[in-house]
Amino acid sequence: MDEDWRLPCKADTLWLRAAMTQAIRRFFLDQDFLEIETPVRIPAPAPESHIEPIASGEWCLQTSPELCMKRLLAAGYPKIFQICKCFRAGERGAHHLPEFTMIEWYRAGTDYLTLMDDCETLIVRIAEEIGLGDTVYRQGRKICLTPPWEKITVRGAFARYAELSLEEALMKDRFDEIMVCAIEPHLGRERPVFLYEYPATLGALARVKAEDQEVAERFELYISGLELANAFSELTDPVEQRRRFEKASCDLRRKNHPTYPLPEHFLESLSRMPPAAGIALGLDRLAMILADQTTIDAVVAFTPESL
Amino acid sequence: MYTASDLRKGLRIKIDNDPYIITEFNFVKPGKGQALYRCKLKNMVNGNQFERTFRSVDIFETADLQEKKMQYLYKEEGKYCFMDNQSYEQVFLTEDQVGDAKNFLLDNIEVEILFFEDRPLGISLPNFIDVTVTKADPWAKGDSVSGNTKPVTVQTGYQLQVPPFIEEGEKIRIDTRSGEYLTRVKG
Repeated sequence: MDEDWRLPCKADTLWLRAAMTQAIRRFFLDQDFLEIETPVRIPAPAPESHIEPIASGEWCLQTSPELCMKRLLAAGYPKIFQICKCFRAGERGAHHLPEFTMIEWYRAGTDYLTLMDDCETLIVRIAEEIGLGDTVYRQGRKICLTPPWEKITVRGAFARYAELSLEEALMKDRFDEIMVCAIEPHLGRERPVFLYEYPATLGALARVKAEDQEVAERFELYISGLELANAFSELTDPVEQRRRFEKASCDLRRKNHPTYPLPEHFLESLSRMPPAAGIALGLDRLAMILADQTTIDAVVAFTPESL
Repeated sequence: MYTASDLRKGLRIKIDNDPYIITEFNFVKPGKGQALYRCKLKNMVNGNQFERTFRSVDIFETADLQEKKMQYLYKEEGKYCFMDNQSYEQVFLTEDQVGDAKNFLLDNIEVEILFFEDRPLGISLPNFIDVTVTKADPWAKGDSVSGNTKPVTVQTGYQLQVPPFIEEGEKIRIDTRSGEYLTRVKG
Protein backbone atom coordinates (compact mmCIF):
# COMPACT_ATOMS: atom_id res chain seq x y z
CA MET A 1 0.00 0.00 0.00
CA ASP A 2 1.31 3.42 -0.93
CA GLU A 3 1.41 5.39 2.31
CA ASP A 4 3.56 8.27 1.09
CA TRP A 5 0.63 10.67 1.13
CA ARG A 6 0.83 10.60 4.94
CA LEU A 7 4.45 11.71 5.08
CA PRO A 8 3.99 15.48 4.64
CA CYS A 9 1.64 15.57 7.68
CA LYS A 10 4.43 14.23 9.85
CA ALA A 11 6.70 17.25 9.36
CA ASP A 12 6.02 18.89 12.75
CA THR A 13 6.62 15.66 14.63
CA LEU A 14 9.76 14.80 12.67
CA TRP A 15 11.22 18.28 13.32
CA LEU A 16 10.40 17.93 17.02
CA ARG A 17 12.00 14.52 17.11
CA ALA A 18 15.16 15.84 15.47
CA ALA A 19 15.35 18.74 17.95
CA MET A 20 14.88 16.25 20.77
CA THR A 21 17.75 14.11 19.54
CA GLN A 22 20.05 17.15 19.39
CA ALA A 23 19.04 18.19 22.93
CA ILE A 24 19.80 14.67 24.19
CA ARG A 25 23.27 14.74 22.62
CA ARG A 26 24.03 18.17 24.16
CA PHE A 27 22.85 16.96 27.59
CA PHE A 28 25.35 14.10 27.60
CA LEU A 29 28.22 15.88 25.85
CA ASP A 30 27.98 18.78 28.34
CA GLN A 31 28.62 16.26 31.11
CA ASP A 32 31.61 14.70 29.35
CA PHE A 33 29.87 11.48 28.40
CA LEU A 34 31.47 9.58 25.54
CA GLU A 35 29.11 8.95 22.67
CA ILE A 36 29.76 5.50 21.27
CA GLU A 37 28.44 3.12 18.66
CA THR A 38 28.43 -0.62 19.21
CA PRO A 39 27.60 -3.29 16.61
CA VAL A 40 23.94 -3.75 15.82
CA ARG A 41 24.50 -7.32 14.62
CA ILE A 42 25.79 -9.61 17.37
CA PRO A 43 26.46 -13.35 17.87
CA ALA A 44 25.24 -13.74 21.47
CA PRO A 45 22.50 -11.60 23.00
CA ALA A 46 21.60 -11.67 26.69
CA PRO A 47 19.01 -14.44 26.93
CA GLU A 48 15.74 -12.99 28.22
CA SER A 49 12.52 -14.96 28.69
CA HIS A 50 10.24 -12.41 27.02
CA ILE A 51 12.45 -10.67 24.48
CA GLU A 52 13.01 -12.44 21.18
CA PRO A 53 15.82 -11.29 18.89
CA ILE A 54 15.44 -11.05 15.12
CA ALA A 55 17.86 -13.45 13.44
CA SER A 56 20.47 -12.16 11.03
CA GLY A 57 22.21 -15.15 9.52
CA GLU A 58 23.74 -17.20 12.34
CA TRP A 59 23.82 -14.04 14.45
CA CYS A 60 21.02 -11.71 15.47
CA LEU A 61 20.16 -8.03 15.64
CA GLN A 62 20.64 -6.49 19.07
CA THR A 63 17.60 -6.25 21.33
CA SER A 64 19.58 -3.67 23.33
CA PRO A 65 23.21 -2.45 23.27
CA GLU A 66 23.64 -3.44 26.92
CA LEU A 67 26.34 -6.10 26.68
CA CYS A 68 28.80 -4.16 24.54
CA MET A 69 28.29 -1.03 26.61
CA LYS A 70 29.06 -2.88 29.81
CA ARG A 71 32.24 -4.27 28.25
CA LEU A 72 33.25 -0.66 27.65
CA LEU A 73 32.51 0.16 31.31
CA ALA A 74 34.70 -2.79 32.30
CA ALA A 75 37.42 -1.47 29.99
CA GLY A 76 37.54 1.82 31.89
CA TYR A 77 35.04 4.14 30.16
CA PRO A 78 33.03 5.47 33.11
CA LYS A 79 30.39 7.63 31.36
CA ILE A 80 29.03 6.44 28.03
CA PHE A 81 25.88 6.91 26.00
CA GLN A 82 24.50 5.87 22.65
CA ILE A 83 21.45 6.47 20.54
CA CYS A 84 20.84 3.35 18.50
CA LYS A 85 18.38 1.05 16.80
CA CYS A 86 17.17 -2.04 18.66
CA PHE A 87 15.14 -4.90 17.23
CA ARG A 88 12.62 -7.21 18.88
CA ALA A 89 10.68 -9.93 17.07
CA GLY A 90 6.89 -9.86 17.16
CA GLU A 91 6.52 -6.53 18.91
CA ARG A 92 4.03 -4.38 17.02
CA GLY A 93 1.28 -2.28 18.53
CA ALA A 94 0.27 1.31 19.19
CA HIS A 95 3.36 1.65 21.43
CA HIS A 96 5.64 -0.94 19.80
CA LEU A 97 7.73 -1.18 16.66
CA PRO A 98 9.92 -4.21 15.94
CA GLU A 99 12.69 -1.70 15.10
CA PHE A 100 12.89 1.22 17.48
CA THR A 101 15.34 3.79 18.80
CA MET A 102 16.89 3.54 22.23
CA ILE A 103 18.91 6.04 24.24
CA GLU A 104 21.10 4.04 26.56
CA TRP A 105 23.56 5.43 29.10
CA TYR A 106 25.79 4.17 31.90
CA ARG A 107 27.52 5.77 34.85
CA ALA A 108 30.27 3.99 36.77
CA GLY A 109 30.43 4.46 40.53
CA THR A 110 26.74 5.20 41.03
CA ASP A 111 23.53 3.31 41.60
CA TYR A 112 20.09 3.50 40.03
CA LEU A 113 18.91 6.40 42.19
CA THR A 114 21.36 8.72 40.38
CA LEU A 115 19.69 7.74 37.11
CA MET A 116 16.35 9.03 38.41
CA ASP A 117 18.01 12.46 38.71
CA ASP A 118 19.38 12.04 35.18
CA CYS A 119 15.88 11.32 33.86
CA GLU A 120 14.47 14.41 35.54
CA THR A 121 17.15 16.79 34.31
CA LEU A 122 17.32 15.24 30.83
CA ILE A 123 13.61 15.36 30.08
CA VAL A 124 13.13 18.79 31.65
CA ARG A 125 15.99 20.09 29.53
CA ILE A 126 14.66 18.54 26.32
CA ALA A 127 11.22 20.01 26.98
CA GLU A 128 12.76 23.45 27.55
CA GLU A 129 14.96 23.29 24.48
CA ILE A 130 12.11 22.35 22.19
CA GLY A 131 10.00 25.15 23.65
CA LEU A 132 7.53 23.23 25.81
CA GLY A 133 8.75 24.65 29.13
CA ASP A 134 7.93 22.61 32.23
CA THR A 135 4.57 21.32 31.08
CA VAL A 136 3.42 18.79 28.51
CA TYR A 137 -0.14 18.09 27.46
CA ARG A 138 -1.44 14.59 26.83
CA GLN A 139 -4.79 14.58 25.05
CA GLY A 140 -5.74 17.80 26.84
CA ARG A 141 -4.43 16.68 30.21
CA LYS A 142 -1.66 18.72 31.82
CA ILE A 143 1.48 16.95 33.03
CA CYS A 144 3.92 18.96 35.12
CA LEU A 145 7.58 18.09 34.59
CA THR A 146 9.01 20.04 37.52
CA PRO A 147 11.15 17.75 39.73
CA PRO A 148 11.10 15.94 42.04
CA TRP A 149 8.93 13.37 40.31
CA GLU A 150 6.72 10.89 42.12
CA LYS A 151 8.20 7.59 43.30
CA ILE A 152 6.18 4.49 44.03
CA THR A 153 7.41 0.99 44.78
CA VAL A 154 6.10 -1.93 42.74
CA ARG A 155 4.62 -3.37 45.93
CA GLY A 156 2.94 -0.04 46.70
CA ALA A 157 1.52 0.20 43.17
CA PHE A 158 -0.08 -3.25 43.49
CA ALA A 159 -1.53 -2.31 46.87
CA ARG A 160 -2.93 0.96 45.49
CA TYR A 161 -4.24 -0.06 42.07
CA ALA A 162 -4.58 -3.84 41.83
CA GLU A 163 -6.98 -6.41 43.21
CA LEU A 164 -4.17 -8.82 43.97
CA SER A 165 -1.11 -8.21 46.10
CA LEU A 166 2.31 -8.33 44.48
CA GLU A 167 2.93 -11.82 45.94
CA GLU A 168 -0.40 -13.19 44.68
CA ALA A 169 0.18 -11.71 41.23
CA LEU A 170 3.63 -13.32 40.99
CA MET A 171 2.36 -16.65 42.25
CA LYS A 172 -0.49 -16.73 39.73
CA ASP A 173 1.76 -15.52 36.91
CA ARG A 174 -0.39 -12.43 36.48
CA PHE A 175 2.25 -9.77 37.19
CA ASP A 176 2.51 -8.45 33.61
CA GLU A 177 -1.21 -8.55 32.91
CA ILE A 178 -2.06 -6.60 36.06
CA MET A 179 0.79 -4.19 35.43
CA VAL A 180 -0.45 -3.40 31.94
CA CYS A 181 -4.20 -3.44 32.52
CA ALA A 182 -4.63 -2.17 36.08
CA ILE A 183 -1.52 -0.25 37.11
CA GLU A 184 0.16 1.43 34.13
CA PRO A 185 -2.88 3.53 33.13
CA HIS A 186 -2.61 5.32 36.51
CA LEU A 187 1.11 6.03 36.37
CA GLY A 188 2.33 9.51 35.50
CA ARG A 189 -1.02 11.19 34.91
CA GLU A 190 -0.15 14.44 36.70
CA ARG A 191 3.62 14.22 36.77
CA PRO A 192 6.14 11.59 35.76
CA VAL A 193 6.45 8.56 38.06
CA PHE A 194 9.32 6.25 38.91
CA LEU A 195 8.09 2.74 39.63
CA TYR A 196 10.91 1.11 41.59
CA GLU A 197 12.05 -1.84 43.70
CA TYR A 198 11.09 -4.72 41.40
CA PRO A 199 10.93 -8.32 42.62
CA ALA A 200 14.43 -9.81 42.29
CA THR A 201 13.14 -12.41 39.80
CA LEU A 202 12.20 -9.60 37.38
CA GLY A 203 15.62 -8.00 37.05
CA ALA A 204 17.77 -10.38 35.05
CA LEU A 205 20.76 -8.02 34.89
CA ALA A 206 20.07 -5.99 38.02
CA ARG A 207 21.76 -6.02 41.41
CA VAL A 208 19.63 -7.02 44.41
CA LYS A 209 19.37 -4.65 47.35
CA ALA A 210 22.01 -5.29 50.00
CA GLU A 211 19.41 -5.11 52.77
CA ASP A 212 16.71 -7.12 50.94
CA GLN A 213 17.68 -9.99 48.64
CA GLU A 214 14.12 -10.21 47.28
CA VAL A 215 14.25 -6.74 45.73
CA ALA A 216 16.14 -5.72 42.60
CA GLU A 217 17.53 -2.20 42.27
CA ARG A 218 15.50 -1.51 39.18
CA PHE A 219 13.11 1.26 38.17
CA GLU A 220 10.90 2.15 35.26
CA LEU A 221 9.88 5.66 34.28
CA TYR A 222 6.26 6.34 33.31
CA ILE A 223 4.67 9.42 31.84
CA SER A 224 0.97 9.39 31.05
CA GLY A 225 0.73 5.62 31.48
CA LEU A 226 3.52 5.03 28.97
CA GLU A 227 6.59 3.03 29.96
CA LEU A 228 9.54 5.15 28.88
CA ALA A 229 12.69 3.82 30.52
CA ASN A 230 14.10 0.88 32.42
CA ALA A 231 17.10 1.25 34.74
CA PHE A 232 19.23 -0.94 37.01
CA SER A 233 22.04 -0.87 39.42
CA GLU A 234 24.08 -3.29 37.36
CA LEU A 235 24.84 -6.78 38.51
CA THR A 236 28.65 -7.20 38.47
CA ASP A 237 28.90 -10.75 39.79
CA PRO A 238 29.86 -13.01 36.82
CA VAL A 239 28.90 -16.22 38.61
CA GLU A 240 25.43 -14.99 39.49
CA GLN A 241 25.02 -13.46 36.01
CA ARG A 242 25.91 -16.78 34.35
CA ARG A 243 23.44 -18.60 36.59
CA ARG A 244 20.65 -16.18 35.56
CA PHE A 245 21.55 -16.44 31.85
CA GLU A 246 21.55 -20.23 32.00
CA LYS A 247 18.16 -20.22 33.67
CA ALA A 248 16.70 -17.87 31.03
CA SER A 249 18.29 -19.88 28.22
CA CYS A 250 16.80 -23.08 29.61
CA ASP A 251 13.42 -21.37 29.81
CA LEU A 252 13.67 -20.34 26.14
CA ARG A 253 14.62 -23.87 25.03
CA ARG A 254 11.69 -25.29 26.97
CA LYS A 255 9.36 -22.94 25.09
CA ASN A 256 10.98 -23.88 21.77
CA HIS A 257 12.25 -20.35 21.19
CA PRO A 258 15.47 -19.88 19.26
CA THR A 259 18.54 -19.67 21.48
CA TYR A 260 22.03 -18.29 20.93
CA PRO A 261 25.35 -19.05 22.60
CA LEU A 262 25.89 -17.37 25.97
CA PRO A 263 27.78 -14.05 25.71
CA GLU A 264 31.07 -15.39 27.04
CA HIS A 265 33.13 -12.24 26.35
CA PHE A 266 30.66 -10.19 28.30
CA LEU A 267 30.59 -12.64 31.23
CA GLU A 268 34.37 -12.68 31.29
CA SER A 269 34.57 -8.86 31.38
CA LEU A 270 31.96 -8.59 34.15
CA SER A 271 34.52 -9.36 36.88
CA ARG A 272 36.38 -6.19 35.89
CA MET A 273 33.28 -4.00 35.66
CA PRO A 274 33.06 -1.29 38.33
CA PRO A 275 29.83 -0.76 40.25
CA ALA A 276 27.62 1.09 37.80
CA ALA A 277 24.09 1.97 36.84
CA GLY A 278 22.58 1.87 33.38
CA ILE A 279 19.36 2.87 31.72
CA ALA A 280 17.54 2.45 28.41
CA LEU A 281 15.01 5.08 27.38
CA GLY A 282 12.78 4.69 24.35
CA LEU A 283 13.30 7.71 22.12
CA ASP A 284 10.21 7.06 20.00
CA ARG A 285 7.98 6.96 23.06
CA LEU A 286 9.52 10.10 24.50
CA ALA A 287 8.74 11.75 21.16
CA MET A 288 5.15 10.50 21.49
CA ILE A 289 4.87 12.21 24.87
CA LEU A 290 6.46 15.48 23.80
CA ALA A 291 4.54 15.63 20.51
CA ASP A 292 1.28 14.57 22.18
CA GLN A 293 0.83 11.63 19.84
CA THR A 294 -1.06 8.45 20.79
CA THR A 295 0.67 6.04 18.41
CA ILE A 296 4.32 5.31 17.82
CA ASP A 297 3.57 5.33 14.08
CA ALA A 298 3.11 9.10 14.28
CA VAL A 299 6.67 9.78 15.43
CA VAL A 300 8.60 7.77 12.84
CA ALA A 301 8.79 8.57 9.15
CA PHE A 302 8.22 4.95 8.16
CA THR A 303 6.57 1.98 9.84
CA PRO A 304 7.34 -1.57 8.69
CA GLU A 305 3.93 -1.75 7.03
CA SER A 306 4.69 1.32 4.90
CA LEU A 307 7.92 -0.10 3.46
CA MET B 1 -5.81 -22.77 14.23
CA TYR B 2 -4.57 -19.30 15.08
CA THR B 3 -1.89 -18.31 17.57
CA ALA B 4 -2.00 -15.10 19.57
CA SER B 5 0.30 -13.39 17.08
CA ASP B 6 -2.36 -13.87 14.37
CA LEU B 7 -4.94 -11.88 16.35
CA ARG B 8 -6.03 -8.61 14.74
CA LYS B 9 -9.09 -6.46 14.40
CA GLY B 10 -11.74 -8.17 12.27
CA LEU B 11 -10.42 -11.71 12.80
CA ARG B 12 -13.14 -14.27 13.51
CA ILE B 13 -12.42 -17.08 15.95
CA LYS B 14 -14.38 -19.84 17.68
CA ILE B 15 -14.64 -19.89 21.48
CA ASP B 16 -16.87 -22.37 23.36
CA ASN B 17 -18.67 -23.30 20.13
CA ASP B 18 -19.64 -19.75 19.24
CA PRO B 19 -18.13 -17.52 16.56
CA TYR B 20 -16.59 -14.25 17.76
CA ILE B 21 -15.29 -11.27 15.86
CA ILE B 22 -12.45 -9.15 17.28
CA THR B 23 -13.77 -5.60 17.31
CA GLU B 24 -10.78 -3.98 19.01
CA PHE B 25 -7.22 -5.19 19.25
CA ASN B 26 -4.16 -3.94 21.13
CA PHE B 27 -0.70 -5.46 21.43
CA VAL B 28 0.79 -4.53 24.80
CA LYS B 29 3.96 -5.66 26.51
CA PRO B 30 5.97 -4.41 29.44
CA GLY B 31 9.55 -3.95 28.11
CA LYS B 32 10.89 -6.91 30.07
CA GLY B 33 7.57 -8.72 30.41
CA GLN B 34 5.26 -11.03 28.49
CA ALA B 35 3.52 -10.03 25.30
CA LEU B 36 -0.20 -9.56 25.89
CA TYR B 37 -2.97 -9.30 23.33
CA ARG B 38 -5.92 -7.23 24.58
CA CYS B 39 -9.06 -7.90 22.59
CA LYS B 40 -12.66 -6.79 22.54
CA LEU B 41 -14.74 -9.65 21.21
CA LYS B 42 -18.29 -9.75 19.95
CA ASN B 43 -20.33 -12.92 19.88
CA MET B 44 -21.64 -13.16 16.33
CA VAL B 45 -24.72 -15.11 17.41
CA ASN B 46 -26.12 -13.02 20.26
CA GLY B 47 -24.10 -9.80 19.95
CA ASN B 48 -22.70 -9.99 23.49
CA GLN B 49 -19.38 -8.19 23.90
CA PHE B 50 -16.55 -8.72 26.31
CA GLU B 51 -12.88 -7.90 26.82
CA ARG B 52 -10.18 -10.48 27.17
CA THR B 53 -6.39 -10.42 27.41
CA PHE B 54 -4.61 -13.30 25.69
CA ARG B 55 -0.99 -14.48 25.97
CA SER B 56 1.41 -15.67 23.33
CA VAL B 57 0.87 -19.33 24.35
CA ASP B 58 -2.87 -19.15 23.66
CA ILE B 59 -4.25 -20.79 20.52
CA PHE B 60 -7.62 -20.32 18.85
CA GLU B 61 -9.89 -22.33 16.62
CA THR B 62 -10.90 -20.80 13.34
CA ALA B 63 -14.61 -20.06 13.05
CA ASP B 64 -16.15 -21.92 10.10
CA LEU B 65 -18.01 -19.01 8.52
CA GLN B 66 -19.29 -18.86 4.98
CA GLU B 67 -21.55 -16.61 2.99
CA LYS B 68 -24.11 -18.20 0.69
CA LYS B 69 -26.14 -16.50 -2.00
CA MET B 70 -29.82 -17.10 -1.25
CA GLN B 71 -33.15 -15.83 -2.47
CA TYR B 72 -35.79 -14.29 -0.21
CA LEU B 73 -39.09 -16.16 -0.50
CA TYR B 74 -41.63 -15.09 2.11
CA LYS B 75 -42.27 -14.16 5.72
CA GLU B 76 -44.38 -16.38 7.95
CA GLU B 77 -45.07 -16.10 11.68
CA GLY B 78 -42.20 -13.71 12.26
CA LYS B 79 -39.70 -15.86 10.38
CA TYR B 80 -38.09 -15.01 7.08
CA CYS B 81 -37.59 -17.81 4.60
CA PHE B 82 -34.63 -17.90 2.18
CA MET B 83 -33.73 -20.49 -0.43
CA ASP B 84 -30.48 -21.65 -1.98
CA ASN B 85 -31.19 -21.60 -5.73
CA GLN B 86 -28.77 -24.42 -6.43
CA SER B 87 -29.65 -26.94 -3.72
CA TYR B 88 -33.21 -25.65 -3.05
CA GLU B 89 -32.33 -25.87 0.63
CA GLN B 90 -34.41 -23.44 2.71
CA VAL B 91 -33.48 -21.62 5.92
CA PHE B 92 -35.45 -19.45 8.31
CA LEU B 93 -34.08 -16.32 10.00
CA THR B 94 -35.64 -14.55 12.95
CA GLU B 95 -36.64 -10.89 13.00
CA ASP B 96 -33.51 -10.15 15.10
CA GLN B 97 -31.19 -11.92 12.68
CA VAL B 98 -32.63 -10.04 9.72
CA GLY B 99 -32.53 -6.72 11.59
CA ASP B 100 -32.91 -3.54 9.53
CA ALA B 101 -32.57 -5.55 6.32
CA LYS B 102 -36.27 -6.36 6.66
CA ASN B 103 -36.98 -2.88 5.28
CA PHE B 104 -35.42 -3.81 1.97
CA LEU B 105 -36.46 -7.43 1.45
CA LEU B 106 -38.06 -7.29 -1.97
CA ASP B 107 -39.74 -10.46 -3.18
CA ASN B 108 -37.18 -12.84 -4.68
CA ILE B 109 -34.27 -10.52 -3.92
CA GLU B 110 -30.87 -12.24 -3.84
CA VAL B 111 -28.95 -11.71 -0.58
CA GLU B 112 -25.90 -13.15 1.12
CA ILE B 113 -26.58 -15.21 4.24
CA LEU B 114 -23.71 -15.69 6.69
CA PHE B 115 -23.53 -19.19 8.15
CA PHE B 116 -21.55 -20.39 11.15
CA GLU B 117 -21.20 -24.12 10.56
CA ASP B 118 -24.87 -24.89 9.74
CA ARG B 119 -26.43 -22.00 11.63
CA PRO B 120 -27.53 -18.90 9.72
CA LEU B 121 -26.34 -15.75 11.56
CA GLY B 122 -27.31 -12.78 9.48
CA ILE B 123 -27.89 -11.31 6.10
CA SER B 124 -26.20 -8.82 3.85
CA LEU B 125 -28.06 -6.99 1.15
CA PRO B 126 -26.88 -5.48 -2.10
CA ASN B 127 -25.72 -1.91 -1.32
CA PHE B 128 -28.37 -0.40 -3.58
CA ILE B 129 -31.92 -1.48 -4.35
CA ASP B 130 -34.60 0.02 -6.58
CA VAL B 131 -38.10 0.15 -5.11
CA THR B 132 -41.50 1.51 -6.08
CA VAL B 133 -43.07 4.31 -4.10
CA THR B 134 -46.50 3.11 -2.99
CA LYS B 135 -47.64 6.09 -1.00
CA ALA B 136 -46.71 9.75 -1.40
CA ASP B 137 -48.44 13.06 -0.89
CA PRO B 138 -48.77 14.96 -4.17
CA TRP B 139 -46.12 17.60 -4.94
CA ALA B 140 -47.50 20.99 -4.00
CA LYS B 141 -46.04 22.99 -6.92
CA GLY B 142 -44.52 26.22 -5.84
CA ASP B 143 -43.15 24.62 -2.75
CA SER B 144 -39.65 24.95 -4.08
CA VAL B 145 -37.78 25.80 -0.91
CA SER B 146 -34.52 23.94 -1.30
CA GLY B 147 -33.79 21.27 1.27
CA ASN B 148 -37.45 20.38 1.58
CA THR B 149 -38.27 16.72 1.80
CA LYS B 150 -41.43 14.68 2.26
CA PRO B 151 -42.10 11.23 3.67
CA VAL B 152 -43.03 8.38 1.35
CA THR B 153 -43.74 4.69 1.80
CA VAL B 154 -42.17 2.13 -0.55
CA GLN B 155 -43.36 -1.33 -1.55
CA THR B 156 -41.68 -3.06 1.39
CA GLY B 157 -43.55 -0.83 3.83
CA TYR B 158 -40.39 1.15 4.64
CA GLN B 159 -40.80 4.90 5.11
CA LEU B 160 -38.16 7.45 4.22
CA GLN B 161 -37.65 11.09 3.33
CA VAL B 162 -37.35 11.97 -0.35
CA PRO B 163 -37.32 15.18 -2.43
CA PRO B 164 -40.80 16.67 -2.92
CA PHE B 165 -40.94 15.92 -6.68
CA ILE B 166 -41.13 12.13 -6.15
CA GLU B 167 -44.60 10.86 -7.02
CA GLU B 168 -46.54 7.73 -6.15
CA GLY B 169 -45.73 4.85 -8.54
CA GLU B 170 -42.22 6.10 -9.31
CA LYS B 171 -39.09 4.02 -8.73
CA ILE B 172 -36.33 5.26 -6.44
CA ARG B 173 -32.89 3.91 -5.51
CA ILE B 174 -32.06 3.44 -1.80
CA ASP B 175 -28.68 2.89 -0.17
CA THR B 176 -29.41 -0.10 2.08
CA ARG B 177 -26.47 0.72 4.41
CA SER B 178 -27.82 4.13 5.40
CA GLY B 179 -31.45 3.56 4.47
CA GLU B 180 -31.40 6.86 2.58
CA TYR B 181 -32.77 7.99 -0.76
CA LEU B 182 -30.19 8.23 -3.53
CA THR B 183 -31.89 9.06 -6.82
CA ARG B 184 -34.99 8.69 -8.94
CA VAL B 185 -34.87 5.73 -11.34
CA LYS B 186 -36.36 6.31 -14.79
CA GLY B 187 -38.22 3.58 -16.59
